[in-house]
Amino acid sequence: MSGFNKVVTTYQEAMAGLTDDMTIIAGGFGLCGIPEGLTQEIKNMRVKGLTIVSNNCGIDDFGLGILLKDKQIKKMVSSYVGENAEFERQYLSGELEVDLTPQGTLAEKMRAGGAGIPAFYTATGVGTPVAEGKEAKQFNGRNYILEESITGDFAIVKAWKADKIGNLIFRDTAMNFNPMAATAGKITVVEVEEIVEVGELNRNEIHTPGIYVNRIIQGTFEKRIERLTLAKN
Amino acid sequence: MSLNRDQIAMRVAQELKDGYYVNLGIGIPTLVANYVPGDIEVMLQSENGLLGIGPYPTEEQVDADMINAGKETVTAAVGASIFSSAESFAMIRGGHVDLTVLGAFEVDQNGNIASYMIPGKLVKGMGGAMDLVAGAENIIVTMTHADKRDNSKLLENCTLPLTGVGCVKKIVTNLAVLEVKDGAFHLLERAPGISVDEIQQKTAGTLVVPEHAPEMIL
Repeated sequence: MSGFNKVVTTYQEAMAGLTDDMTIIAGGFGLCGIPEGLTQEIKNMRVKGLTIVSNNCGIDDFGLGILLKDKQIKKMVSSYVGENAEFERQYLSGELEVDLTPQGTLAEKMRAGGAGIPAFYTATGVGTPVAEGKEAKQFNGRNYILEESITGDFAIVKAWKADKIGNLIFRDTAMNFNPMAATAGKITVVEVEEIVEVGELNRNEIHTPGIYVNRIIQGTFEKRIERLTLAKN
Repeated sequence: MSLNRDQIAMRVAQELKDGYYVNLGIGIPTLVANYVPGDIEVMLQSENGLLGIGPYPTEEQVDADMINAGKETVTAAVGASIFSSAESFAMIRGGHVDLTVLGAFEVDQNGNIASYMIPGKLVKGMGGAMDLVAGAENIIVTMTHADKRDNSKLLENCTLPLTGVGCVKKIVTNLAVLEVKDGAFHLLERAPGISVDEIQQKTAGTLVVPEHAPEMIL
């Protein structure tokens, strides 16, 4: 690497420094917009005791679900984990800790974490199990709870295009949690479909400025579809 | 006759107004999109980051990068916009979405809703539902009036972990349309051929029956 060039060529370089018991923030919604190769590399590294902050945990044989088999995940912070039999088994047997977090709160925890805001008040979850043990406060007669933000030792992100200095563009709903995840990692690693030269991206169309990005790797993506639904003829 | 899933969706669609931004949950709520009246325009919000959900794709149009909150492949409507999850929930929490339609396991007479978790059994998670019910002024719940064993889902107090408190204003079930206010379920309309007695029998919470409860028109 030199200067602002953040491109790495191997997945080993991309995830170098990841060790047991670290926290990883991951972009993606379901199987859409997930860093497939980085996840595979985490599996290959056999690191254990991970806390993973991600809206979902993949499915049994794809996405973050592949980390469940060898019990690499200690704790998941997610909003929805419905489609994963191994996840459910590990959770119900007490092997896996799960912090179910409302989706908007999860997004805001990442956003606030990346923005240096340690906590925020929200009406989401008031009066529900989510509020247990959290500070409550009224503003203008309405109840709110205090939610703490999240940062990670690593953030793993999937983008559509990156230039070599880490400016990112996402594509369609594969954007989802990726922009917030990108801001919330001490080391943010981005796996992209296409790396272009500096200056090729239109600066008005950049979603994530390169300042948040530490490493970029060109990936190949299967882009598996979870629920193929077609128009009826 | 009790309503089927599509008929529940048809009745909910009558609540849509021209110019509404609407979030439709998974299941029956998703079907509401099929019954938007032809003379109005609504824009459907998907909390994974799409405002302006279009029809399901043809085989040629399928794109893994374009899904709805139910993880189904979709297309974008003309005029759609794409944004991050934080932006999406800023819309939702900031009260910019005009109507939210979602399913539930239980609703009670104080407008509390339980929709995300059956302790010890099913691990699913609340997804965006807690944000949606906390952020929306206007919430319609769709569900069957009773479960398969005929246990009412319209209760005095929810028994399952709550998704939100005091937020449900209207319920469309397979048997009735009800309003939730002043600590009771108020019967507004009956499904065609369904008697007040049957609705009463399958409503465990307090039911207020007006002098005339008309049949709904689908």
